[in-house]
Amino acid sequence: MKPLDPRLLRRAKAARGFLVGSVLIGVATGLLIIVQAVLLAHGITQVVLHGAAVGQVAWLLAAVLLARAVLVWVQEVVAQRAAAAVKSTLRRQVLEHSLKLGPAWLSGERSSALTTLLTKGLDDLDPYFARYLPQLVLAATVPAGVVGWMATGDLIAAGTVAVTLPLIPVFMALVGWATQAHSRRRQHALAVLAHHFSDVVAGLPTLKLFGRAKGQVTAVREVTDRHRVASMKSLRLAFLSSFVLELLASISVALVAVGVGLRLIDGKLGLETALLVLILAPEAYLPLRQVGAHFHASADGVAASEEVFRVLETPLPQRGERTDVPDLRVTPLHLHDVTVLYPGRDEPALEGCDLDLWPGEVVALAGPSGAGKSTVLAAVLGFVVPERGVVVAGASAADEFAPERWRAQFAWVPQRPGLRTGTIADNIRLGRPAATDTQVLRALAQAGASELDPAQQVGEGGQLLSGGQRRRVALARALVTEAPVLLLDEPTAGLDAEAEAAVVAHLRASGRTVLLVAHRPALLAAADRVVTVGSPKSLDAALTGSVVVR
Amino acid sequence: MPERIVWPRLVLAVLAGVLASGAAVGLLATSAWLITTAAAQPPVLTLLVAIVAVRAFGVGRGFFRYVERLAAHDAAYRVLGETRSRITGRLEELAPAGLGSVRSGDLLARLLLDVDAVLDLWLRVILPVLVASVTALATVALLVVLLPAAGAAVAVAVALACTVVPWLTAHSARCAERAIAGHRGEVAAGATETLLTAADVVAFNATDAVLASFSAADARLAAAERRSAWSAGLGNALLVLCVGGASVAGLVLGSSADISGPVFAVLVLTPLALADALGGIPATAQVAMRVKSSLTRVQDLLSAPTPVAEPAKPHKLPVGRDLVISHLSAGYDGRDVLRDVGLTVAAGSRVVVTGPSGSGKSTLASVLLRFLEPSAGEVALGGVSLTDLSGDDVRSAIGLLTQESHVFDTSIRENLLLAKPGTSDLQLWRALYRARLGDFVLSLPNGLGTMVGEHGARLSGGERQRLAFARLLLADHDVLVLDEPTEHLDEETGRALLADLFAAAGSRTVVLLTHRPELAPHTTQPALVLP
Repeated sequence: MKPLDPRLLRRAKAARGFLVGSVLIGVATGLLIIVQAVLLAHGITQVVLHGAAVGQVAWLLAAVLLARAVLVWVQEVVAQRAAAAVKSTLRRQVLEHSLKLGPAWLSGERSSALTTLLTKGLDDLDPYFARYLPQLVLAATVPAGVVGWMATGDLIAAGTVAVTLPLIPVFMALVGWATQAHSRRRQHALAVLAHHFSDVVAGLPTLKLFGRAKGQVTAVREVTDRHRVASMKSLRLAFLSSFVLELLASISVALVAVGVGLRLIDGKLGLETALLVLILAPEAYLPLRQVGAHFHASADGVAASEEVFRVLETPLPQRGERTDVPDLRVTPLHLHDVTVLYPGRDEPALEGCDLDLWPGEVVALAGPSGAGKSTVLAAVLGFVVPERGVVVAGASAADEFAPERWRAQFAWVPQRPGLRTGTIADNIRLGRPAATDTQVLRALAQAGASELDPAQQVGEGGQLLSGGQRRRVALARALVTEAPVLLLDEPTAGLDAEAEAAVVAHLRASGRTVLLVAHRPALLAAADRVVTVGSPKSLDAALTGSVVVR
Repeated sequence: MPERIVWPRLVLAVLAGVLASGAAVGLLATSAWLITTAAAQPPVLTLLVAIVAVRAFGVGRGFFRYVERLAAHDAAYRVLGETRSRITGRLEELAPAGLGSVRSGDLLARLLLDVDAVLDLWLRVILPVLVASVTALATVALLVVLLPAAGAAVAVAVALACTVVPWLTAHSARCAERAIAGHRGEVAAGATETLLTAADVVAFNATDAVLASFSAADARLAAAERRSAWSAGLGNALLVLCVGGASVAGLVLGSSADISGPVFAVLVLTPLALADALGGIPATAQVAMRVKSSLTRVQDLLSAPTPVAEPAKPHKLPVGRDLVISHLSAGYDGRDVLRDVGLTVAAGSRVVVTGPSGSGKSTLASVLLRFLEPSAGEVALGGVSLTDLSGDDVRSAIGLLTQESHVFDTSIRENLLLAKPGTSDLQLWRALYRARLGDFVLSLPNGLGTMVGEHGARLSGGERQRLAFARLLLADHDVLVLDEPTEHLDEETGRALLADLFAAAGSRTVVLLTHRPELAPHTTQPALVLP
């Protein structure tokens, strides 16, 4: 791992200012350390050799101490504020980029792993900013100054320190090299653990149904235990490297002390110089040792930030720039030989689908579960990039247009609608924030849900609503928009026959183009055409004649 | 409290830590004595012991520190494992009714962060404080022997470092930290929700609005974090003053006392070495604060009311399987969804309960599975009230299929084995074929070993439901409660599946809860229509 990731400075402005401030504080700290050592050595020598009083020296020392304390305080405040700002910047960038990468990419990426990264993972950056980076700056400024000052008094001691000091970065590089992979693996193990937990918690009712929930107590213990054994293995190595580092630092101090002592006996050195060297020697090693000590804690943060950059550096899919999307109220939509292959699946989810959608018509997609009906809608929306084939509006391929402009032509009711915490009205306004209360109420009525109160809270994931109510809110959310084309994935599941009839009547009367996935006979009967998707090849009614005309 | 097996490791960790910090103090103290003595140019022989001691301290620090860290981490991880499994056990008692009000992202963040706090409590609070205070006390004792006045001054500095420094740190951090936990949960819930509803948000071009609301929550978190920044700085600054002040006190007091030069140097320089031992104190206070609110929330979870009280002396599971529902009312948060419902289901019969969505069909299922306590009336199985039976016993007799069954992120085989561990592959295939999923699984390159993805994401809705069917068929229930099982299936498949399920049920009772009763075979009038 690099001691300092330049990407962090590039991505987060707060990190740059922090680094500059830290260097200034580091230089000042180095100077104060030397002044303090000089004063202490002078004071002790005066008393021991000359029996003099220490009055003035004591006051000066107090002043130096006060200055050092203020610097420590300022450094911490600056570091914590910088960490908060950097984390916030990265969190927003990651979430924004994830959304830009789109639902298809997100379904591959585990949402709980990303959540862990955005909370616990990034919080690991705190020690990186508060401890590691300032110490890194001190390590670059203090030892040079201290050794330089030592050299003016005792060249041999300064030489000893100067020779052993560079060994520490060498060992630090070893630490980095040895722990990087382990830290990344620990991060991964953490994410796996998080995922295991969330899967178990989400599935606890199911586990309980089969009398297996109690077994999870042992399972969780075993998983954590495996994590412990793996962690200890990596820590043994990580600590071994820092052990060598600590050892080197304290043995060098011991060597300097003994060497200085022996030269004093020989009369080659004065007491004041000897004391100065003794006080300064540990200070030369301290910042480097601290870097080593904080390295482990910060390595988690660095691994998290690398995970962040891995997300941020995932290139966005090619996006069209054209804004002149043809008006689908008057322009037909065609799918030509569209084949979609999801990553990790050998069989295409949708194979060679041809489909024409003329303005104002209601087309139903039929076919067995898993035939790729929902995939047709995803392909139209541009959520999946077809392996082969193309979606065309008028004379232009859909991917030539800016995605936002393209999607504004459609309103979608997914098979499992995702509702957001807030009121029913908030959810209905998702695609049209400016919708009036009247429009919201009308959309609810059109969706066969006039009994629902728009002010009612839906809870997280819409859990305060029943499955049928969620679907009707999602339908109202689509109907309230002014999109010319409705893409409906089983829009009337969970509705009784009466409500379904009302919805169907509205869809037909609205004059909008409708492409819907349907199982129910009432819906199929309401369509102008029924297109069968699936084995062996989806057949467009117009081409094959397998048309059910109303 | 940790298990007994952890204690030796904790003691070892403290002992090694004290030796390591003690070595740092010893190194500086002996070096100061050695150098000041050497200035008088005595024979080298008189310094031999000191020379050996200096070298030994130099070597010892690194070694003992290594031992300390390993022992401490091992012990803390063991404590963590225990806490995690205890929490899981508790969640098991609460699920599903007791977890309803907790936002899922928040719950996950809580579980991870709060339970990890136990690790921090041991590694970064209890152990460092023990090591620091024992080392500091030993150092004070040494200095008191040399010069009581200087020793007293150092004792004051140590006392300040061990009391006022952590108090200052904790006090100023308290309010901000309490605020952070809430904001952090909010940010976690916001991030989870945004990621889970990404498709909806993107499809409706609502990305900017959603990101703006996340940014607002995020900004509140960042602001709370900035507020807490003041605390750590003050503690550390005071610590610098304590350690340096002890040294200056030694200088002033020692200079006027009747002591030898070497002793004087030891008095002045030894306190500086305490920086090594006391350096972690401010950080421990801050960690302790954070850990405390996390541990409080863990405690809250552990003491949350159980939605269903297990009977103190559960009745033996009766032999009879007749279900008698009489005057049953039930609901959530004191609001009854079901009101005064009555129904008798004879063992082996097929019963359809219908009603519009929201009429309480799922609530009835929850009561039948003993996930929810009736607010009035009762359900009796074989003549025994469900409230007198243990939940596990009830669920060994009564099985449930919901409209969205949870599929675990593992293989198809593991998902099936959940119902009945140890079942042979042959049996699994038989169940899959009965659920009409056999040909599909057979077509997959990895067959039963195919991983289904998070929440079964790699399966279609219909495939997920059929997998759940197969799983239910494997378990030996006598009563099957089907809660809108055909919701996501096309009519033909749904009808066929219900027929298969009714056939496979054999002598078992089937209670079908649906708003589309016409899909059921042996179409009869619904036995119960909920308003």
